Amino acid sequence: MKKTFKLERLDCANCAAKMETAISAIDGVISARVNFMMQRLTIEADESVFDEVLKKAEKAIARVEPDCRISF
Amino acid sequence: MTSEHKRTLCRIASAVVLTVAALFLRIEGMPRLAAFCVPYLIAGYDVLWGALRNIIRGQVFDERFLMTVATVGAFAVGEYPEAAGVMIFYQIGELFQSIAVGRSRRSIAELMDIRPDHAVVLRGDEEITVSPDEVSAGETIIVRPGERVPLDGEIISGATAVDSSALTGESLPVEKNTGDMIYSGSVNLTGLIRVRTTGEYGESTVAGILELVSDASDRKSRTESFITRFARWYTPCVVAGAVLLALIPPLAFSQPWGDWIRRALIFLMVSCPCALVVSVPLTFFGGIGCASRRGILVKGAEYIETLAKTDTVVFDKTGTLTKGVFKVNAVHPNEISADSLLDIAAAAESHSNHPVGASIVAAHGGHIDNSRIGFIREISGKGIEAEIDGEVYTVGNGTLMDDSGAEWHQCHLTGTVIHVARGSRYLGHIVISDAVKPDSAQAVAELRKLGITRTVMLTGDGEKAAQAAAAETGVDEYRSQLLPAGKVSAVEELISEGRKTAFVGDGINDAPVLARADVGIAMGALGSDAAIESADVVLMDDSPSKLPAAIRIARRTMSIVKQNIVFSLVVKAAILLLAALGKTDMWVAVFGDVGVMIITVLNSARAMLKTR
Repeated sequence: MKKTFKLERLDCANCAAKMETAISAIDGVISARVNFMMQRLTIEADESVFDEVLKKAEKAIARVEPDCRISF
Repeated sequence: MTSEHKRTLCRIASAVVLTVAALFLRIEGMPRLAAFCVPYLIAGYDVLWGALRNIIRGQVFDERFLMTVATVGAFAVGEYPEAAGVMIFYQIGELFQSIAVGRSRRSIAELMDIRPDHAVVLRGDEEITVSPDEVSAGETIIVRPGERVPLDGEIISGATAVDSSALTGESLPVEKNTGDMIYSGSVNLTGLIRVRTTGEYGESTVAGILELVSDASDRKSRTESFITRFARWYTPCVVAGAVLLALIPPLAFSQPWGDWIRRALIFLMVSCPCALVVSVPLTFFGGIGCASRRGILVKGAEYIETLAKTDTVVFDKTGTLTKGVFKVNAVHPNEISADSLLDIAAAAESHSNHPVGASIVAAHGGHIDNSRIGFIREISGKGIEAEIDGEVYTVGNGTLMDDSGAEWHQCHLTGTVIHVARGSRYLGHIVISDAVKPDSAQAVAELRKLGITRTVMLTGDGEKAAQAAAAETGVDEYRSQLLPAGKVSAVEELISEGRKTAFVGDGINDAPVLARADVGIAMGALGSDAAIESADVVLMDDSPSKLPAAIRIARRTMSIVKQNIVFSLVVKAAILLLAALGKTDMWVAVFGDVGVMIITVLNSARAMLKTR
């Protein structure tokens, strides 16, 4: 399953790259892309673990950039 | 500027005033430290707070943390004005970057502001205004002059002129009459029209374009991946260098601590690769935006790279260099009458969607009774075998005539020649010609000026037609009588010679070639989903002159990317070297960080500007 989310307050391109690396490393993630210019996060992961992956992704984002969050 | 930007600007301004004031105060020791600490904290309290939060989370290579260490270190070695100044400039840089990125995002959003916000649908006798999402296929919508067409459809009543510049970049209005297709995203200029929708909003032209453009920046270019990898190593390496620089000379060679710590702090100030990391995607984003304003949709930054490197352009002939509108020029019968020759050919081609077949059916003009046709078998790249009125005919090119053993002959006219045989008996031929587009020759000439060293035309048509079109357009070489697979191998051959090959086609019959080329370009894609699907670059209208424009935009984008990379690496390397030798100060280091970033971001903005 592939889903795209809007990221709020993503202000630094280097952080976007770090987030992408961190989210890609989460178990169950097939691919992840943080698009700095469009302020978008696209996660492709197995449907059965998607909610879990999303929670971990939120944590990974907060670790890199505490102000940045996924808006639903 | 958002209110947040304004607040930051106020903080920076007051910090600057206080720092300048502190410079003129004749105080020493703790009061002096306090005098510089105040503007330092006003400018950078959020940086310090962020650094603290991140260090708790174990993010050592966070730029705010590094800036904090650098400035606190500057206070420690007694360089108070530098400490406050570095923080102020860092914040100026951050503010500038945020404004520039925000502006660039907005201008792309405006550019893509072609989303229709409502549709007027006719349900019963009532006109209801709804969101375009709520209209289903087959409903009737009303579009008044000045309104944006919300969904794709066919005009069922009315005539008008539409401005489809938002889709194609072509600002000349196009006349549309009853029966014509009209595309969402274009603007109805003159007359009220009723349109029967052919699909839902989700599958409309405008939705497709918006999706494509916003997905484009999801694909990373090779340059971008390289920079991200580089950034991952750069910061830790520079920080390690700073630590070694601060520790080894004082410990091993009993050098003074203060001097070497100062050099190490300069290292930390240029340890952020931000200028690179921000400016590369910003430039590609601008380049893609600039292209889409011209009706050139590039599906990802990687194709900007390939397009810029392209040295060979392969064109499909029909519909790309030529108009693709065929007309029967002559009917040369053998043994039978001209009318019956045309009748047989039209019956055989009656189910063909190839433009050649359509032109024969159009020339026939009359009704073709389906019951006369026994079977129709398409022979790929050669023609058609069909049973008509109980007899088997072959209709197609010379090869097909050879296969059926008919004694055929060439025609003295140029154009596509369709031969007809009954069994092995030759019945004559029909000559169809297709006009070269008015700007094809100009486009080929412009490509040559851009340094495209080889232009090749591929066609399934006969030698004569190919030769004529090649001469008229000025392409370097041509290959005729190619089967679809032959086009693929022609492109493969060029690629194996080490050429960066672009293939330009109409995207309908040449999807495999589009996919095989280094960069596949589909032309005249307005209203053709297949073309948009299979190509890497989509030219919304069908004028070949868009191609040199696309290459020019790609090259300019790439040269800006390269300028930025080289400039920031050279400046950073120079500062690191000078700092290690003790030949520079913190003010220069701030320029190396903030100044370089501002210059590269400004340079990136050029990618969005209009070109010729």
